[in-house]
Amino acid sequence: MDTTSLTIPELRQKLSSGAIRPREVVDQLATRVADVDPKLRAYLQLDVEKARTAADAADITKPLGGVPIAIKDVINVQGDPCTCASKILDGYIAPYDATVITKLREAGAVLFGRTNMDEFAMGSSTENSSWGSTRNPWDLDRIPGGSSGGSAAAVGGHEAFAALGTDTGGSIRQPAALCSCVGLKPTYGRVSRYGLTAFASSLDQIGTFTKTVEEAALLLEIIAGHDPRDNTSIDRPVPKYTQSLHQGVKGLRLGVPKEYFIKGIDPEVEKAVRDAIDEYKKQGAEIVEVSLPHTQYAVAVYYIIATAECSANLARFDGVRYGKRAQNPKDILDMYGRTRAEGFGAEVKRRIILGTYVLSSGYYDAYYNRAQKVRQLIGGDFRLAFEKCDALLTPTSPTAAFKIGERTADPLQMYLADIFTIAVNLAGICGVSIPCGFTTNKLPIGLQIIGPKWGEETMLRVAHAYEQATPWHKEKPPL
Amino acid sequence: MAEPSSDRIDVTYVADLARLRLSPEEIVVFQKQLGDVLGYVSQLAEVDVSHVSLLGDADLKNRLRLDEVRPSLPVTEALSNAPKQDNNLFVVPKMVE
Repeated sequence: MDTTSLTIPELRQKLSSGAIRPREVVDQLATRVADVDPKLRAYLQLDVEKARTAADAADITKPLGGVPIAIKDVINVQGDPCTCASKILDGYIAPYDATVITKLREAGAVLFGRTNMDEFAMGSSTENSSWGSTRNPWDLDRIPGGSSGGSAAAVGGHEAFAALGTDTGGSIRQPAALCSCVGLKPTYGRVSRYGLTAFASSLDQIGTFTKTVEEAALLLEIIAGHDPRDNTSIDRPVPKYTQSLHQGVKGLRLGVPKEYFIKGIDPEVEKAVRDAIDEYKKQGAEIVEVSLPHTQYAVAVYYIIATAECSANLARFDGVRYGKRAQNPKDILDMYGRTRAEGFGAEVKRRIILGTYVLSSGYYDAYYNRAQKVRQLIGGDFRLAFEKCDALLTPTSPTAAFKIGERTADPLQMYLADIFTIAVNLAGICGVSIPCGFTTNKLPIGLQIIGPKWGEETMLRVAHAYEQATPWHKEKPPL
Repeated sequence: MAEPSSDRIDVTYVADLARLRLSPEEIVVFQKQLGDVLGYVSQLAEVDVSHVSLLGDADLKNRLRLDEVRPSLPVTEALSNAPKQDNNLFVVPKMVE
């Protein structure tokens, strides 16, 4: 019996009935990784023996008892490397657990491997990893999306049951769309970020990759909640997301923002998303057209605010307390300058420079302050839209997965890959991408469902209703 | 977007502020690429923000707690990834004469 294509509830059923032991699950998954990961390169590090030991100790009566979960290489797991796919953290071993890791351990999960990513989560293709790019399980010549491309390819390629990722401008939803899995970005403040290496602190949020919506709901129940160690996490009760999934969409109002169906969107992507909207209509949802008039400014606002915050957050990588230090520095400035020059890749350098520039004297008002104000307008657009509807339906990405190397020479083209996901982070609301079809070349297409702040229950219910009526999530890539 | 994109930013100067030493090749490439990005973001100038406050209706409030000693990383673990250490301290090149 091969368990690697099972969902977590199916796996849990096999574990609790005694049909399989946690150690065998780890072994089967490790075999799958050995088979397909030389092609996909989704994992940066995997200690199978450690996972076996954890599996032997797993309490299978717990909600994730004996279930292996892969972790994006930006979240600290005590005793494991956490390189953020950067040379500057080569050799770093995390001295503590992130809060989400503590929660996964408490739920009985078996931590399984570190997944590849764009360096410090900056990118949309995983090509910015210092350790080489991950491949898309549906076409090995294409990118898996990013920045959490390793997590997406691992789950999409059935070499992980589920994975944690992070989403600052679409880094969970976009790769999930491109690899045909479910990618959930919770509301800002829903999940503790303690132990997550910060990129842009007003935007970053930890979330999940799974094969199905039910599993996303299950994992969110476990990782969500207030944490005294992260003052941006909010003290609100965590609903039983798995309990409200099955209520259907009859009577719900689903908004379609006209600004998300623009010139430049791939016609096959638009068709698949329009068909999904029709499916919701068929199921009894009321479809309403809404407008988010400041949508066109979201990418520009993002690349000011995210880079400003990254230039401050990445100042900590200076060769003093952890990570790489340049050899034989002649003084402290030489040490900083060369450590950072040798340790960071090109995209990280570009963003630090841009962020430093928009915060610098004389430019601060024109760039940073103005971007913060336009950010308020973008949030206001969503607030008005959610007076007319319960959730929004949009494409996740304007195109299916592009070819490796296609956009690396032009950062601006790469930034536009996140045009439909960025506004959700700027507004601090929640979004999920679910599979909604394939192009004629058999590349996955994602449907994005956006909910208001703390709207995960309804959003996941909407996602589940479509998933249950369609076959896309059951398809397995030809690896 | 009329001004040449590479004039929008002095990459050498800004990289120095960011304590980032660039190669001559990087300076040329970044000058162009970041000029393009700044050209793109300059579209924000057309948005009327005269009525918008900087923080909007941010619903986050300060969270205060007592300044008490709580469990934290032991010194040896906090130093475990240090490139250079001595006597429970991080060691850096000499800064003052």
